[in-house]
Amino acid sequence: MLIFERSRPGRRGAVRVPVRPGNVAEIPRSQLRARPPGLPEVSELDAVRHYTGLSQRNFSIDTHFYPLGSCTMKYNPRACNALAMLPQFLARHPGAPADTGQGFLACLFELQEMLKSVTGMAQVSLAPMAGAQGEFAGVAMIRAYHDSRGDAARDEILVPDAAHGTNPASAVMCGYRVREIPTDADGNVDVAALGSAVGPRTAGLMLTNPSTLGVFERHIVGIGNIVHGAGGLLYYDGANLNAILGRVKPGDMGFDVIHINLHKTFSTPHGGGGPGAGPVGVTAALAPFLPLPVIGQAGAGFRLLDERDAPLTIGRLGAHLGNAGVLLRAYVYMRMLGAAGMRRVADYSTLNANYLMAELRRAGFQIAFPGRRATHEFVVTLKLLRDKTGVTAMDVAKRLLDKGCHAPTAYFPQLVPESLLIEPTETESKETLDAFVAAMKEILEEARRDPQLVKGAPHATPLGRLDEARAARDLDLTWRPG
Amino acid sequence: MPFIPHTEDDTRAMLAAIGVAAIDDLFDEIPRGLRADALAGMPPALSEMEIARLMHERAARDGTWLNFIGAGAYEHHIPAAVWQIATRGEFYSAYTPYQAEASQGTLQVLYEYQSMMASLTALDVSNASLYDGASALAEAVLMAVRAHKSSRRVLVPRTVHPSWRKVARTIVRNQGIELLEIPFDPGTGATALEALGRFRGSEPAAVVIPQPNFFGVLEPVDELADWAHANGALAIAAVNPTALALLKPPGEWGPQGADIAVGDGQPLGVPLAGGGPYLGFMTCRKDLVRQMPGRIVGATRDRDGRRGYVLTLQAREQHIRRAKATSNICTNQGLMTTAATLYLALLGPAGLAEVARACHANTLALAARLTRIRGVARAFSGAIFHEVVLRLPVPVAPVLRALREHRILGGCDLEQDYPELGHALLVCATETRTGDDIARYGAELERVIGLPPRSAAEPGG
Amino acid sequence: MTTPANLKYTRSHEWVRSEADGTVAVGITFHAQEQLGDIVFIQAPEAGRKVKQGEECAVIESVKAAADIYAPVSGEVIAANPEVADSPERVNRDPYAAWLFRLRPSQPAELAGLLDAAAYAKLAESEKR
Repeated sequence: MLIFERSRPGRRGAVRVPVRPGNVAEIPRSQLRARPPGLPEVSELDAVRHYTGLSQRNFSIDTHFYPLGSCTMKYNPRACNALAMLPQFLARHPGAPADTGQGFLACLFELQEMLKSVTGMAQVSLAPMAGAQGEFAGVAMIRAYHDSRGDAARDEILVPDAAHGTNPASAVMCGYRVREIPTDADGNVDVAALGSAVGPRTAGLMLTNPSTLGVFERHIVGIGNIVHGAGGLLYYDGANLNAILGRVKPGDMGFDVIHINLHKTFSTPHGGGGPGAGPVGVTAALAPFLPLPVIGQAGAGFRLLDERDAPLTIGRLGAHLGNAGVLLRAYVYMRMLGAAGMRRVADYSTLNANYLMAELRRAGFQIAFPGRRATHEFVVTLKLLRDKTGVTAMDVAKRLLDKGCHAPTAYFPQLVPESLLIEPTETESKETLDAFVAAMKEILEEARRDPQLVKGAPHATPLGRLDEARAARDLDLTWRPG
Repeated sequence: MPFIPHTEDDTRAMLAAIGVAAIDDLFDEIPRGLRADALAGMPPALSEMEIARLMHERAARDGTWLNFIGAGAYEHHIPAAVWQIATRGEFYSAYTPYQAEASQGTLQVLYEYQSMMASLTALDVSNASLYDGASALAEAVLMAVRAHKSSRRVLVPRTVHPSWRKVARTIVRNQGIELLEIPFDPGTGATALEALGRFRGSEPAAVVIPQPNFFGVLEPVDELADWAHANGALAIAAVNPTALALLKPPGEWGPQGADIAVGDGQPLGVPLAGGGPYLGFMTCRKDLVRQMPGRIVGATRDRDGRRGYVLTLQAREQHIRRAKATSNICTNQGLMTTAATLYLALLGPAGLAEVARACHANTLALAARLTRIRGVARAFSGAIFHEVVLRLPVPVAPVLRALREHRILGGCDLEQDYPELGHALLVCATETRTGDDIARYGAELERVIGLPPRSAAEPGG
Repeated sequence: MTTPANLKYTRSHEWVRSEADGTVAVGITFHAQEQLGDIVFIQAPEAGRKVKQGEECAVIESVKAAADIYAPVSGEVIAANPEVADSPERVNRDPYAAWLFRLRPSQPAELAGLLDAAAYAKLAESEKR
């Protein structure tokens, strides 16, 4: 039932504001709204019960194992939320001057410093509000860098064919043409193809390492040399930073520009689709172009740097200083882990992924890159299962919901047929992983014995499989009365 | 180990199952020369108790302030239920609802949100949020240019929030899109209709129409939307959602209505929080929906015919369309959308209208009080909603500094962004300001400016 | 699946049927619709538009993918098929009846360079995974 269907004319919630006389005195009649908006009229209890009920129709990290590849669904410590929501932080107006928020700014400044430490970059801006905005900022900086050198002929960004869709989309938003680089059979960038693709038109290469295929790009140093040799820059998509945190720094791999997904590696919540935060880091050569604001030091305190400090900046990405509340959560998380805890993230996420990969292989699943170590995630291909039983990766994903696990990422990476990208994260226990393996084994047996059972899944969720084609053909995007 | 459950026995058993001796061996594909040593600059770990102490100390040091700043972010009362429910783990720690059957909670909330925003703006469809109001405006500009096909010019009044204009420029610049500034009438503070004539031949793809504008002033929205359509351009409304409880919604501007509406949803239950996370909203006419950026939820049926919700029209998005996507946006502001939905449900149409009326009345009361001070006057004659520009007899920055000594945030100094206005200060009093608050501000400002009060016989501002 | 022998084909999975009036009808093959899955939207070119061989001129969207349709030959668009615009699922049901648009070829010689049914069937088979 929708909240609108609970609505009764004249019913009010408990929250009232003191009403002053005078009301809409100054607003001309022609500017006034004729009919009130179609918002629900419900009591506070109606609303609380309705939305609590809806929450119970979700899978989440707090309720289920959530091995969604590429998304790093690790536990979001509650302390991060509680401490980011202290009343003084929540009440802080973004227009309030720096001298009224030195405690707040100290956290953000130290976050910048810690991100520099773990990434090996010279300077960081916290401004981007999500990974994709970080990508946009990163590519815009690449463009600003080439433009500042009068090198305007560079109009191409190279992107591996295995890349996240945001990479090509971000490059296009910055006015670039996108050129795809193929992947070799082992999951690495095809170095020979890269060598023949680079040239005077190459502005840069966007790369995720470990790659979207769940393997470490072993030729990274050589790739960097090829791109730099052609005058291009190397962009690091931080989507998979969790796998190498404290083990390898993007700066040491030769990257010039990076973005980091705080809502992945640094455990800020995904919130059903956001908010995230996508800070960008750069080498010293690119620091003048960073998006604003950057938190700078001013004597013993801190202030927001602006266009007067950074005249070459690519500009601003949001009205204020970025997703500050997300940044505070990441700050608390990093302080609780400390230097040693950073490396443990990589260690145990990698241990969990390799263990799960070994156990699934033992259970009869086909690993997409069997000759490779898993990083923090790995790819299973169900092509043989589909050819034999008709059961697809999507069917297996849906059946996992019946077994109380959120599904892995299905059909990404697109290069692998019938793929499941599985990322257990470091915060899951051996028992949870074993239960997942048992569930996968059961599904494999069900697929052989009774494929229709799997193809009809899910059966245990509040609703059965939803008709996505109908949703797209007969668009119903808003509730209308009657 | 914080947040890592492995016992030594677990680790041993897992390594054995993998067939390696140590965790280090799992990193053997990484070239040796790249492996990092200790992380210089990373402090040692703090316990939860220690970090809590640190954060409480820092928060206490920042303290609380009596706030009269608006300028795009508004201090409103947020019902306790909003964040109690939004931070339930089931909402807080879920991912984007790609697996619809495991995400009906989030999906239905988004569908309700879309319905509420479409109704509030009187347009047909809504997306499930963008990052903030400024980036939503930039996306609307890109969307209008895609829809128009031939023009890459968009008219943006100088009365649009200065930061929003900067953001739009940053985001659209590399695609060769030109943003042309429309001046405002220095008397009314609204966009100068007579200045539009010079843009007649420019064939703009769109005209941006703020309501209320950055000065708090109401714009001639009917005339501006009509001008846009008469000149083959789309009308993009940039609106405050609280104001829409009282003001004519974008879908009813002029004979045709605006085509796209955007804004910042922060006033709908999202705390100020130092600047974010907020949410950008976007609604539009139905025939533009395939040009819309961001996620969209649609209703459908399950295999047994029961109503349910899914992400739809995904072929617009980067994960499918890649380089040809309508935008690169992936993660949006989901949890903020949940909060906004809860806020609107808890307030209802009457509650939201009460808030809007109280903001309007309080700001008028504030303006009346402050303009009793000698030399302080309203800068513009145009009708306002819940912000007003005052002209001071002295430079603004030192005045604000002096007010801060009394823990008052006196407003937004306009001298840098609008030097043509002189000593101009933008102030705002939402429903959270009381009569006493306004009186306190009045008394302190009077003292700071240091001129004797105006006598009753002198004309006021 | 059959690949009708009376049609010509492109490497990008369009089929082309020569009509009696000298125009050609263009659609997508069985293999193409199978790869796309449930088709939900078709954006066809406007009548009167002049296209070059190989130019992107339409988009087909399914639930999980989007594909560009390329002009199989150069010419002028005469009409888009209103029936598939209203019910895009027709392309799934009967791909060789559900034409997307018709062209009047400006370089009729280009038709001879298209694939015949046997060559296309081989191509489609090799792309299955």
